[in-house]
Amino acid sequence: MEKRIRVLVAKPGLDGHDRGAKVVARALRDAGFEVIYTGLRQTPEQIVEAALQEDVNVVALSLLSGAHNHLFPRIVAMCKEKGMSDVLIVGGGVIPDADIAGLKAAGVSAVFTPGTPTGSIVEFIKTNVK
Amino acid sequence: MNIVEDVLAGSKRALARAITAVENEYDEAAEIMQKLYPHTGKAHVIGITGPPGAGKSTLTDKLAKEYRLQGKTVGIIAVDPTSPFSGGAILGDRIRMNELTLDEGVFIRSMGTRGSLGGLSRKTAEAAKIMDAAGKDVIFIETVGVGQSEVDVIKATDTTIVVLVPGLGDDIQAIKAGILEIADIFAINKADRDGVERLNNEIEMMLELNQNMVDWRPPVQRTVASKGEGIAELIGAVKDHITHLQQSGQLAVRRTERTKNELLALLDEQIGRHVLRQITTGGNFDKLVTSVEKREQDPYTVVAELLRQMLR
Repeated sequence: MEKRIRVLVAKPGLDGHDRGAKVVARALRDAGFEVIYTGLRQTPEQIVEAALQEDVNVVALSLLSGAHNHLFPRIVAMCKEKGMSDVLIVGGGVIPDADIAGLKAAGVSAVFTPGTPTGSIVEFIKTNVK
Repeated sequence: MNIVEDVLAGSKRALARAITAVENEYDEAAEIMQKLYPHTGKAHVIGITGPPGAGKSTLTDKLAKEYRLQGKTVGIIAVDPTSPFSGGAILGDRIRMNELTLDEGVFIRSMGTRGSLGGLSRKTAEAAKIMDAAGKDVIFIETVGVGQSEVDVIKATDTTIVVLVPGLGDDIQAIKAGILEIADIFAINKADRDGVERLNNEIEMMLELNQNMVDWRPPVQRTVASKGEGIAELIGAVKDHITHLQQSGQLAVRRTERTKNELLALLDEQIGRHVLRQITTGGNFDKLVTSVEKREQDPYTVVAELLRQMLR
């Protein structure tokens, strides 16, 4: 059996809107990925631990609250601490263009802002997954 | 890193990786299972099955918490359906179990069915064995939402809990064959809803008609998993069942049966793969397909002839 790409779709922080995350999860499912969806209001600790237990290839973070500059880099750092440097971490949501370079420098591989076609998220994952 | 040693030493990363290797049938999978096998057989494996939306995940979450209070370590395998079209899946059972994620004594793994139709994936039993070898005391296997005939869960578990909810179907459902036959324990979840008495009566009536219950009559336990009601009693029923399995000798019988089935299934898989590869490589097979399609030969004679050649 060929390897199946496993993706954890997670919503860190306190905002209560996951329509975007669900649309992305569905698109990833239709691309043939196994998507583990953990629901709203997850702490970075919960997200990283779930990623470890599920042995995912990708962690896809969705965040609308504005706390991305704090939470995304923290999740990247915690993944590294747990020996998961090979996990691809991508983010999406309401993220100002000015913040994207900083997030990438912190180890977030790609940031998808509103209006991104889901197909380009799928393509990015397929191209960059390790 | 030696993945087997790390699994046995309790590394969660190694446990996760080992399950992936087995699930994806990586080359190292056979060796991992060979080396872990001697360390299995200690955990009690509990199956949780029932129709979609019955509350299996929430119930599993609550049962796991109760076992944690008793000091037991817990493994959970939650199976969700794989799309027959894309091969993808949304595995969403963890949503109900988020509070367990950071508990050091709990390991949760989601699996897609990947084409299996019996309520589990083909590798679920192996995943449970890996958790067993890693030292989990109790392992829950939560099936996909099942209808009537998805009964693979009994092949992998010691105790099977069938979760039902009031308001689905009439009483003829209760006398059909299938999942209602495999229950060691019935849980009527969402028991604060209308129709609970009727469902309870229907299950009891069905049980009255069962001829083959020698010394264990499946108890019917009402629960409201979202509120934590009936959970302690349900665990009491599981304990009674374990005692029954041990005292009656049924545990040994079931495990012998399971070992036999596993050996047969493994043989079936390996022989099938080996034989099919032999037959379908080389190009002759395509000619046979064409000839059967043109009605020059019939498929039954072709298969009989192929088998005769193989077994010569």
